[in-house]
Amino acid sequence: MEPKSFQLFPEAASSIAGQVDGLYAYLVLVSAFFSLLIAFLVVFFAVKYRRRTTAIPKPVDEHSIGGMVLEIVWSVIPLGLSLIMFAWGASIFFTESRPPADSMEIYVTGKQWMWKIQHNEGAREINELHIPVNRDIRLTLTSEDVIHDFYVPAFRTKTDVLPGRYTTEWFRPTKIGAYHIFCAEYCGTKHSGMIGTVYVMNEADYDQWLAAGSGEGSMAEQGESLFNQLGCASCHPSVLNKQNGRCPNLNGLFGTTVDLKDGSRVRADESYIRESVLYPQAKIVAGYDDIMPTFKGLISEDGLLKLVEYIKSIGPKDGTQTSAPPAPTQTSSTPQAPARPGRAAQPAQANPGNQ
Amino acid sequence: MASHASALQHHFENAEQQKDASTIGMWVFLVTEVMFFGGLFLAYFVYRQAYPAAFASASNKTNLIIGAANTTVLICSSLTMALAVHFASIGKKNLIVLFLILTLLLGGTFLGVKAYEYNDKWVHHEVPGHNFDCEGCTDAAHTPLFFALYFGMTGLHATHMIIGVVIILVLISNAAKGAYGPEWHTPVELFGLYWHFVDIVWIFLFPLLYLIDRSGAAR
Amino acid sequence: MITATPAVEPRRNYLNQTVGLKSWLLTHDHKRIGILYLIGITIFFGLGGIFAALIRIELATPAGDLVESNIYNKFFTMHGVIMVFLFLIPSIPAVLGNFLIPLMIGAKDVAFPRINLLSWYIYVVGGLFVLTSLILGGVDTGWTFYTPFSTSYSNGYVIATGLGVFIGGFSSILTGLNFIVTIHRMRAPGLTWFRLPLFVWAHYATSMIQVLGTPVIAVTLFLLVLERGLHIGFFDPAYGGDPVLWQHMFWFYSHPAVYIMILPSMGVVTEIISTFSSKKPFGYTFIAFSSVAIAVFGFIVWGHHLFVSSQSVYAGMVFSILSYVVAIPSAIKVFNWTVTMYKGSVRLTTPMLYALGFIGLFTIGGLTGLFLACLGMDVHLTDTYFVVAHFHYVMVGGAIMGFLGGIHYWWPKIFGRMYDEGWSKISAVIIFVGFNLTFFPQFLLGYMGMPRRYHAYPAEFQVLNVLSSAGASILGLGYLIPFAYLLWSLKYGPIAPPNPWGSPGLEWQIESPPRTENFEVTPVITHEAYTYTEEVVHVG
Repeated sequence: MEPKSFQLFPEAASSIAGQVDGLYAYLVLVSAFFSLLIAFLVVFFAVKYRRRTTAIPKPVDEHSIGGMVLEIVWSVIPLGLSLIMFAWGASIFFTESRPPADSMEIYVTGKQWMWKIQHNEGAREINELHIPVNRDIRLTLTSEDVIHDFYVPAFRTKTDVLPGRYTTEWFRPTKIGAYHIFCAEYCGTKHSGMIGTVYVMNEADYDQWLAAGSGEGSMAEQGESLFNQLGCASCHPSVLNKQNGRCPNLNGLFGTTVDLKDGSRVRADESYIRESVLYPQAKIVAGYDDIMPTFKGLISEDGLLKLVEYIKSIGPKDGTQTSAPPAPTQTSSTPQAPARPGRAAQPAQANPGNQ
Repeated sequence: MASHASALQHHFENAEQQKDASTIGMWVFLVTEVMFFGGLFLAYFVYRQAYPAAFASASNKTNLIIGAANTTVLICSSLTMALAVHFASIGKKNLIVLFLILTLLLGGTFLGVKAYEYNDKWVHHEVPGHNFDCEGCTDAAHTPLFFALYFGMTGLHATHMIIGVVIILVLISNAAKGAYGPEWHTPVELFGLYWHFVDIVWIFLFPLLYLIDRSGAAR
Repeated sequence: MITATPAVEPRRNYLNQTVGLKSWLLTHDHKRIGILYLIGITIFFGLGGIFAALIRIELATPAGDLVESNIYNKFFTMHGVIMVFLFLIPSIPAVLGNFLIPLMIGAKDVAFPRINLLSWYIYVVGGLFVLTSLILGGVDTGWTFYTPFSTSYSNGYVIATGLGVFIGGFSSILTGLNFIVTIHRMRAPGLTWFRLPLFVWAHYATSMIQVLGTPVIAVTLFLLVLERGLHIGFFDPAYGGDPVLWQHMFWFYSHPAVYIMILPSMGVVTEIISTFSSKKPFGYTFIAFSSVAIAVFGFIVWGHHLFVSSQSVYAGMVFSILSYVVAIPSAIKVFNWTVTMYKGSVRLTTPMLYALGFIGLFTIGGLTGLFLACLGMDVHLTDTYFVVAHFHYVMVGGAIMGFLGGIHYWWPKIFGRMYDEGWSKISAVIIFVGFNLTFFPQFLLGYMGMPRRYHAYPAEFQVLNVLSSAGASILGLGYLIPFAYLLWSLKYGPIAPPNPWGSPGLEWQIESPPRTENFEVTPVITHEAYTYTEEVVHVG
């Protein structure tokens, strides 16, 4: 990104940025008002009541100047103004924590000291994020080592990126342009070097960019590859391997609720899939035995994300899935048009085993 | 027999103020100890909730009989300590010394049994960090957490007991010289508070580490 | 105007009653222990300040060109660890609290003088551990030691530093314990709770926090040391642990810790404003209860440091609203201080300049805290320079200004000498100007998105950084000047009378410096606090 010139206010480039800036204006106004009020009163009293004689001032009768009333007034008014701040901020926060259902999914892996970004359709980037304007984008993030934080000041959002866990961040870019990505959780030596650029492009440019992307196939396809390579398919049913009773069926699983052996229930989301691969004994499905081996050390975080995307792609088709269905199956490295959110595209397993 | 009153420290106005100050001081100290152990209890609860299978199978490795016996020993030591305080308040020198010695022996027994348990764990590779192997445990990857908390919590408790044992020795020595009586027996009383506190911590540790959910995870 | 007084043989007081190093190092006298602490914290303030200077020099240019990244990371870590644990936490309570609380309540000493001395030694040992870690190569985790970086990735001396903080924590606990018992049980006859100076109330509230909160950071650091030593996995997901649990446990103490840093300062400010307005503080009861309220509520807001950590949205909402509630008592105090000056007789002495500066800067610092308590706003601002600016406004513009004001206010009492008023006022103004120039631009940098703990930054942030660094040089100068005139005054300053400011406080009714046993006869209190009479106020 070319160096920007000196500014005192960051660009607003997402749908939430305007709201955050509005809230900021309110906070600045309230703060400026009270700061100036107190500063004025302090200076005013210091001057007006400066010592002129050595006589002591008559003790002020607090009741006569409405002492109790004053205390109540200057407790209640700040409390009221604060509650407005709270409610406004909470509302924005709530919105930020609820990605829209048909958001475009992108996967981010942070590691010391770089960002690896994987698009569904297979495109991969390092320290850059290309996205189309005016679309809801949902990032699923994880770290390979320490805690990082994916911060885009122009979008006014950030989230910590944790090892061993997935976190989520969503935004809707509204302005075409290039914006900083910063790591915003201290992560060691090159923390300040863990930066990048978001490129918000118009739809057509984005499609073009995407089409020139990685020739390895979509993430779901790469995930299916791994699924076969690691031997998952030998136990877990797939279209080719009929139900054998030893392992839970993963078709139609993603996003549904699973009954566990100990009586509890869990939602089959990204974190559940990841945990099941790395720590299979932690949650055993009801009706099955504790026989799944662990794949810890055998698969990278990037690989896990691909597996997750594959499991999503064979998830339920009735709308309970939470991600876009994958692109239609590619053969070899022919570029494909990217999937659109919604239910139109056919699932990939119509042509299994292509990779 | 009258005991000689401790010298009134120069910054106190009278003996009553001095005693009050010491007592409040000991209670405030015990509150800090609650917060200190509290942090470990918090960590325990968080991980028990996160990895129930691992914790259940790991807690199977603690010896219920030994733990229960040790608990009884410690409760008895609180009884002997309370009696020591009582006799200190009426100045019966020989009985003070007797019950302090009994407390010491019971406390020492507890620590000895704990040492045996620790050694047992070491021999069975249940000490995290080196050659760790939780044999036959479910979700073995997370069992070191249980054992780390086991050693951390009981170790911290044992450290407090060792400090207590040292102080009892000092008290025995002073009691034998007739230092404690109706006019002044504050050190015995306040140490009694400390000893009871250490006992109560164990009353919480025992169920958490030995009793709850040790039936093993679903297999 | 400096008038050096010809040497006069001073009567016996706590400073000259006994002589020799041993009499100081084995003292039971709370006043001498206060001075021992003053020496310690001053050394650490200087050391922490050197790191601050290095940081600001590096940040004057966008590139990381002064030192390597890992060295820079050690700079800000050591700056934070030293300033928080070895300077700010002890500062006012261990120096001014120790010296003044027995005087203010008519007692001969604190309840446990030997424990008081012990707590100083513990502080020194903790400090030595941190210094050792520094000399060996330092630590680069940030003062917050977030895991798993601190447990499994850092190459610094985490265990040594962690142990140093752990040990230093016991010093804080013992000081708090001592004050609680002292205030409860050692008050002179007639001195009821509501006749106590508000400085004492502030320290009582602070002591509650020290006693309840510090043990939690102790055990948290204990777990950190265990994990780093034995690879247990409390906090590292690679071994099954939870890195966010570290954050919860750490901030459970470290948030109340900021109230340990500010409450005593507020107590100082109340005393100064009252004396130099010759008026009882407005809303005495409200100020007293506000101190306690801050201490209590301060324990239930820690999650506002975890809004973007993956903490649940609902937990975030609870912590946000509680964070607003905890701000209200501070607002009450600010208004009460201001109205205290109404129809008073105001003198703009050096302590008063510091106290008024405190009001302005603490107000800004506190208000910007409201930005951070606001969920939607915090998502953008957390981990940026906005946070850095906020906490420096409250801790430096607030706590340190209060500390300096207190030092200047009670200097004549502690040492029996007056310093040069001209130089002291000049430094106060330099500090105020330098401070604002250093830290106000950082609010703007934060909103622009400059993250904290950055060694190098994009070029468009340079202008504001240069302003900030320029301010830091002025601030540094402002802090150096008092060293000179205060030390000078010890030998050459005019002898101070018992009550140079005309204050009704009990500590001003005895000689300056006080005799070792404080009072010739235990006073009996028959009047309300802050009773200004003609004879009290008339300045000799």
